[in-house]
Amino acid sequence: MDRIPILKMGPFLLVTIQVDMHDRLALSLQDDLAERIASTEARGVLIDISSLEIVDSFIGRVLANIAAVSRVLDAQTVVVGMQPAVAITLVELGLSLPGVRTALNVERGMELLRAALESETLGSDGDASTAF
Amino acid sequence: MASPDSSILPAVVRDHQREILQQWIAEQSSGSNARSDLLSDAELRQQSSEFLQLFREAVQAGNLGNVMGTEWQGVRELLATVSKANAIRGFTPIDTATFVLSLKRPLFQQLTTDAGSDADLLARETWTVTTVLDSLALFTTEVFQRSREEVISRQQQELMELSTPVVKLWDGILAVPLIGTLDSARTQVVMESLLQRIVDTEAGIAIIDIAGVPTVDTLVAQHLIKTVAAARLMGAECIISGIRPQIAQTIVHLGVELVGAVTKATLADAILYALRQSGWSVSRGRS
Amino acid sequence: MVSVRQAVRAWAVEMKFSLVDQTKLVTAASELARNTLIHGGGGSARLEALEDGGRQGIRLIFEDQGPGIEDVKLALTDGYTTGHGLGLGLSGSRRLVNEFEITTSPGEGTRVAVTKWK
Repeated sequence: MDRIPILKMGPFLLVTIQVDMHDRLALSLQDDLAERIASTEARGVLIDISSLEIVDSFIGRVLANIAAVSRVLDAQTVVVGMQPAVAITLVELGLSLPGVRTALNVERGMELLRAALESETLGSDGDASTAF
Repeated sequence: MASPDSSILPAVVRDHQREILQQWIAEQSSGSNARSDLLSDAELRQQSSEFLQLFREAVQAGNLGNVMGTEWQGVRELLATVSKANAIRGFTPIDTATFVLSLKRPLFQQLTTDAGSDADLLARETWTVTTVLDSLALFTTEVFQRSREEVISRQQQELMELSTPVVKLWDGILAVPLIGTLDSARTQVVMESLLQRIVDTEAGIAIIDIAGVPTVDTLVAQHLIKTVAAARLMGAECIISGIRPQIAQTIVHLGVELVGAVTKATLADAILYALRQSGWSVSRGRS
Repeated sequence: MVSVRQAVRAWAVEMKFSLVDQTKLVTAASELARNTLIHGGGGSARLEALEDGGRQGIRLIFEDQGPGIEDVKLALTDGYTTGHGLGLGLSGSRRLVNEFEITTSPGEGTRVAVTKWK
């Protein structure tokens, strides 16, 4: 069974989804990520879905679960690069992923994770909800 | 319908193609419907001779009763091309139909000569030619109409895109000033072009200004909310500005909540907010 | 399921649907195929190209011989789920298409037909 590779970049984990994701693959990503966050003590997870052509309710739920699980494991999750057509469809479907942070691209996502980490180490409770 | 074996039309067209063509061209350029302003002589000649050649082949193939048959495919394709070109050039449907109908006289003349004294034969052949050419002329009208409709729907689309300009205000800040009545289709176009521009320009903030929108109904309000939600999923924030008092009342009255959307009274407020959000500070310089 | 998605995408591209409409249709197909698979115990998916007075459309038909749906109205409610999903499969995909038709009877299976016009 193929798996989606998880890259470690400093305190963050980077996942680039480049295949047409079927349900089992999504579930194994969810499990793998939880494992890796725990084993690497990662503080942030960045999921790049810019090449994903659709996000249906199942994948949407997996993304929300990943965000929730990593929050419990003290890591922030940012989903980046969602295509406009995918976003429109997801909203129409009734999914707005309220617990998931988003950014336009990997670069912005990284900035967001770094800013979150900094504000945390500075001791403030800065929990900005959107990236700029 | 005349059966193919008894018809002399195939032979007439085959043996007198050149004469028929000459007369037909003369007929077209002399008639009151001549459009030398839109079509040059060379083009007319080219078009006519091509048509006559295909017409001859189709007639030869024998199916005179049905111009929608496969034998007539070549003729129909040529007519479709001519009709479409004519629609774009500004010909009237009459001009295009006349192109086909004006072939009647040359054909009748030739048939009269060849039929000799056989009145029955002449009557029958005349009827055949009339039916065939009338059907072809009607076909051109239909194609003409259809290509006109295509032009109209394309223009509607273009107009819609023109009426919803997405402008870049600052690095990372986009704005769409909406003016006029918003219907569902237009709101959808706005939504799609705005989101696409967000990707293209990597803008983190988009301002939707509805100061020029007279009324907002539930559907439009919902579209606005969906745009805000979709932009957030992509990683951008939307600001809705220029909400007029009565529209604010409507929105509350409709029970629509602008969840997740930042709202500002004026476009100026929205710009200021957007600049501050992006880390800029605005201050008046000393004069 | 992935093959259903790919087939629907290929058709929608072929028929020159806009990118947004393609995505909506493929997503609806994905939701409905999953329902057929999980709740219906597997079944068939059929694609049809439609033409109606110059309008072009695609119809997707999903059929299964599963347990059927007891209360269709309830099943079409946002958030209602018998499985482990978000309960948006049926209700959500209905919003992604122009026409949505469901025939089901308990014990005999379910047939969902959706149509998207260009």
